Amino acid sequence: MTTRSRKPRVTFRFMLGTLLAYVIAIIFLLPLLWFIFAPFNDHAVLSASIPASLSLSNFGEVLDSDIAMRGLLINSPIIGIGTMLITTAVAALAAFGLSRSRLPGRQMWTYVLILFSSVVVGTASMVPIFRLIFEIGLINTHIGVILVMVGGMLPSAIFIMQDFVDGVPSSYEEAAMVMGASPLRIFKDITFPLIRPGLMVVGIWVLINAWGAFLTPYLLLRSPDLLPASVTFYRFYDEEGSPQITLIAAYAVLYTLPVLVMYLIINWRYGFRFFGGIKS
Amino acid sequence: MASIKIQKLVKTFGTVQAVAGIDLDMPDGEFVALLGPSGCGKTTTLRMIAGLEVPDSGVISIGDQDITMSQPRDRDVAMVFQDYALYPHMTIGENIGYPLKVRGVNKAEIIRRVTDVANQLQIGHLLERRPAQLSGGQQQRTALARAVVHRARVFLFDEPLSNLDAKLRLEARAFLKYLQREVGVTGVYVTHDQSEAMALADRIVVMSAGKIMQVGTPLEIYRQPANQFVAAFIGSPPMNLLAAVSDEAARTLSIAGHTFPMRENFAQASKASVIGVRPEHLTIHTQPVENGLVGKVYVTQPLGGETLILVHVGENLISVRVFGDDPPELPEQVWLVPELSRMHYFGEDGERIS
Amino acid sequence: MQRGMLSRPVGLLFLAPAIVFIAVFLVYPFFSIFQMSFTNTTLVGVNAVNPQFVGFDNYVALFNADQWMRRGEMGFSLLLTAQFVIGSGLIGQAVLGLFIAVLLHNRRGFTRELVFTLAIAAWIIPDVVVAFAWFAYLAPDGTLNNLLNTLGIAGPDWLFKHPMISIIFFNTWRGAAFSMLLFSSALSSIPPSQLETADVLGASGWQKFRDILLPQLTPYILTDLLLITLWTFNTFTPFLLTGGGPSYQTDVISIFTYRIGLRFFEFGKGSAAAMVVMIINLAIASIYLLVSRSRKVRA
Ligand SMILES: Nc1ncnc2c1ncn2[C@@H]1O[C@H](COP(=O)(O)OP(=O)(O)O)[C@@H](O)[C@H]1O
Ligand SMILES: [Mg+2]
Repeated sequence: MTTRSRKPRVTFRFMLGTLLAYVIAIIFLLPLLWFIFAPFNDHAVLSASIPASLSLSNFGEVLDSDIAMRGLLINSPIIGIGTMLITTAVAALAAFGLSRSRLPGRQMWTYVLILFSSVVVGTASMVPIFRLIFEIGLINTHIGVILVMVGGMLPSAIFIMQDFVDGVPSSYEEAAMVMGASPLRIFKDITFPLIRPGLMVVGIWVLINAWGAFLTPYLLLRSPDLLPASVTFYRFYDEEGSPQITLIAAYAVLYTLPVLVMYLIINWRYGFRFFGGIKS
Repeated sequence: MASIKIQKLVKTFGTVQAVAGIDLDMPDGEFVALLGPSGCGKTTTLRMIAGLEVPDSGVISIGDQDITMSQPRDRDVAMVFQDYALYPHMTIGENIGYPLKVRGVNKAEIIRRVTDVANQLQIGHLLERRPAQLSGGQQQRTALARAVVHRARVFLFDEPLSNLDAKLRLEARAFLKYLQREVGVTGVYVTHDQSEAMALADRIVVMSAGKIMQVGTPLEIYRQPANQFVAAFIGSPPMNLLAAVSDEAARTLSIAGHTFPMRENFAQASKASVIGVRPEHLTIHTQPVENGLVGKVYVTQPLGGETLILVHVGENLISVRVFGDDPPELPEQVWLVPELSRMHYFGEDGERIS
Repeated sequence: MQRGMLSRPVGLLFLAPAIVFIAVFLVYPFFSIFQMSFTNTTLVGVNAVNPQFVGFDNYVALFNADQWMRRGEMGFSLLLTAQFVIGSGLIGQAVLGLFIAVLLHNRRGFTRELVFTLAIAAWIIPDVVVAFAWFAYLAPDGTLNNLLNTLGIAGPDWLFKHPMISIIFFNTWRGAAFSMLLFSSALSSIPPSQLETADVLGASGWQKFRDILLPQLTPYILTDLLLITLWTFNTFTPFLLTGGGPSYQTDVISIFTYRIGLRFFEFGKGSAAAMVVMIINLAIASIYLLVSRSRKVRA
C-alpha cells in the first residue's frame, strides 16, 4: 500500500465508479443471499426470501444428525488440522534447508517442482493415488486422506514459505553463527520466530483448503463415521436425491463459518499478501 | 586476544576476483583498518576471517592456529555487521546477552555482564526495549555491546558507522577510539571512509580491486603514499596529480607548462612521470613569483576554517587549501607554488619513487 | 561459495520429508499414470491382479476418429473445456478481477471493503457449499428467476437449458477474487506520483489505464493467466453443480477423467486420459514460460 492517501474529488466519474462497485457487490452477494435467510426459516425453499418468523429449528435438526455432526466436529477438524500441521512443518523445514544449504541448482529445483505440481494435479493424479492408498492399506483412514492432501499442497506451501525464509536477512543468522550458535539453535532462536507470520499464512491457507476439500476424502473414505463435513453435506438428500433444503442451509452455515472467521482473522492480523515469487 | 596472520588469501565469485591474494600480519592487540573504495573486497576479506566465506586458497590463522576451514562458531571472534543484525524479536537485553546464552553462561552472570556493558555504552536504561524502538545511534551501540559482552579473541567491524548521520558518526567514532584504547582489542575494521580509518587504526591497509595497495600507520600512508592509487585515495580533497617530464641535461622537471629546476631531488624526479602535491602543500599568490604555476581561478569555496580554491592550470584543475577563516580576495589570475620538499614522485607504473 | 549455514548432508536432512512426500504423491503418480496408460488395469477382477500390456489401445480408444467428437467422448470434452477455460477463466475471472482492481484502485473505505469481502467470501467458501448455493440460485424457482420475475422476465431452468453458461458464470464468480487480489496488490506498488503526473498532463482515465497502469501490470497479467488457465482447466467443482450433465453438456476434461478412471474404475483408460490432460497442462505452462522468457530477453 502506498502511504499517501489521495482524497479523490467527488466527481461524476467517482460517483459512477461507486455505483458500479455496488452493482458488482450485489452480483457477488446474490448467490449467497440464500444462506443468510434460509437457515433461520423452517419453511425455506430454493429461492431466497425473508422468513416470516426467525426459527432455529433447522439447526436443532442438524444437531440431531450424528454423522453430520461427527463430520463437522471431529472428522473435518482432524483432517484439516492434521494436514495443516504436517504441511506447515514439512514446508518450513524444506524451505529452510533449500535456502540455507547452497544445494546446487536450488532455484531450478523449486521451479521444476512448481511446474511439475501444476501439471500433475486434480483428477488426473487421483487414479494412481487411489490405487497407491488402496494398496498400502490406508484406504478408508484419516491418515491416508491427510497424507494425500499434504502431498498435493506441499509444493505451493514450500513456495510461499520460501519467500518468508528468504526474507530473513542473512546477517541475522550469520551474526548468530559468529556468536557460536549451532544450526539447530539458530533455527530455534532466530529463524523460527522470524518466519512465524509465514507459518501462520501457510497454515491458514492449508487449513482452508483442507477444510473445503471434497474429492480426496470422497474417494478415499468409505465408513460414514469417518467422513468430513464436505462429504456428509450430501447426507441431507432424501432417497430420491432431492435436497432437504432447510437442513442443508443450516449445516452449510455451520460448516462455512469457521473458514470465514479464520480468513477474517488472518486478514486482519497479517493482511492478504502476495509474495515476490508470484510475479514472473 | 590474539594475533592474526593472513597468507595469500584468494576469493573469486564467478568471474569477479573479490580478493586477489592478500598477505597481512597483525600482532596481538593491534587495531587495523581495511580501507578502500566500495567493491574492493574489504567485506569479503572480513567475512573470510569470520568464517562466513570459504576462501578459494590461502591460509588464515588466529593466534598461530590455522582456522582457514573451521566453522565460524569455532573461531571465537566477534563481529559487528553493517546493518547491525539486531534481532527484532528480542529485547535489547536479550540481544546483548545472546552470545553469552549461546555459550551456556548462567543467567545471573549474563544479567550482570549485560548490565555492565550496557551501562558503559549508555544504553543501560533501554534493556527492555526492542531494536525497532531505538534510534540509529542506540542501535549501533547495542550492536557494539553485543560484540564486546563476550571477550572474543578478535573483533571484526564491517562499516559499523556507515548507517549513522554525520554528527552521530563523529560521536560514535570517538567512542570506538576510546573503547579500543581502553580495552586494547585485536580488531579488523572495514571502512571506505579514510577519516574513520585514520582516526581509529594503528595501521591502515589500503585495498583496491582485491589487492593490498599499501600497509602502514595513518601518518605513513599520508606522508608516503606507496603509489598513485593511495595518493589519490587518501586526503580530502585528494592529492593533485600532474604529468611531469624531466630533462636530464638541464636537470629540470616540467609540470603543467612550467619548468622547475631540480637541485636536490633530481635523482628521484628524473624517473617520475607523475608528481603529486597535496592541496595543503600549495601556496597561492596574486603576483608572479619564482616557480609559480600560473592559472585561472575556477571557483572558491569557503568552508569555515579553511577555503578550498580550484584553479585551472593549463589542462589541469588543481585544488588548493588555504587555512584561516578569512577567504582570500583573488584576482582572476593566480600563481601556485608547490612545496618542493613535499612533492611526491610516481613512475610510469604508478609506484612511488624514493 | 558463501558458506551455507547447513552443510549439504544436513540440508538434505531438512529436505528429506518434503522429498518423500513429493516423490510419493507427485513423481510416483506421474510415472504410474504413464505406465498404467499402456495396460488394461481395473480395480477388481482379473485385470486388477494381472494387468496386461495393451500398447496404445487406450489412447486409440480415446482418440478414435469416428467417436471422438460424440457426446461423452474426449474430443467433445476438450471442446467444452476450451469454452469453459476461455469463458470463465480468461474472460471471466481475469477481466472481472482486473476491472474490480482498477475500479477500486486508490479508493479506501466501505465500498472497497464490501466488494473485496464479498468476492473473497465467494473464493474461500468450501466447494460443496458454493455449489449448492448456485444450485439454489439457478433453480427454476430460485433466487435469480424470482428476481427476473419481478422484472417481468420468465427465467428458464438455467442448469438444464444453459448448463455451460451456468458453470461459466459460476466459475467466474467463484474465482475472480484471486485476480482481483493479485492485480490490486500489483497496482498498489505503482507510485501514485505516476498517476498524479498524468493528471497534471491532463490524461483521460482510459489513457492513464492504457499508458501507465497496463504496461506495468503486464508481467502480473501473464502470471495470472497461467495460473487461472491451469486452475480452470483442472477444477472439479462444476461436477458438484451439474455432475457433468445434462447429457454430457458440461463434461469438462476433469469430469471426463474422473468418470472414466474413478467412476467406472477403468484405470488403464483413465490413466491415458490423465496423461493427455497432463501433456496439455505442460503445454500451457511451457507456452507461458516461453512468452515470459522472451519478454525478459527483450527487456
Ligand atoms: N556473495 C557474492 N556473490 C557474488 N559477488 C560478490 C559476493 N560478495 C561480494 N561480491 C563481489 O566481490 C567484490 C567485492 O565485494 P565486497 O567484499 O563486498 O566489497 P567491499 O566490502 O569492499 O565494498 C564486489 O565486486 C562484489 O560485487
Ligand atoms: Mg562492504
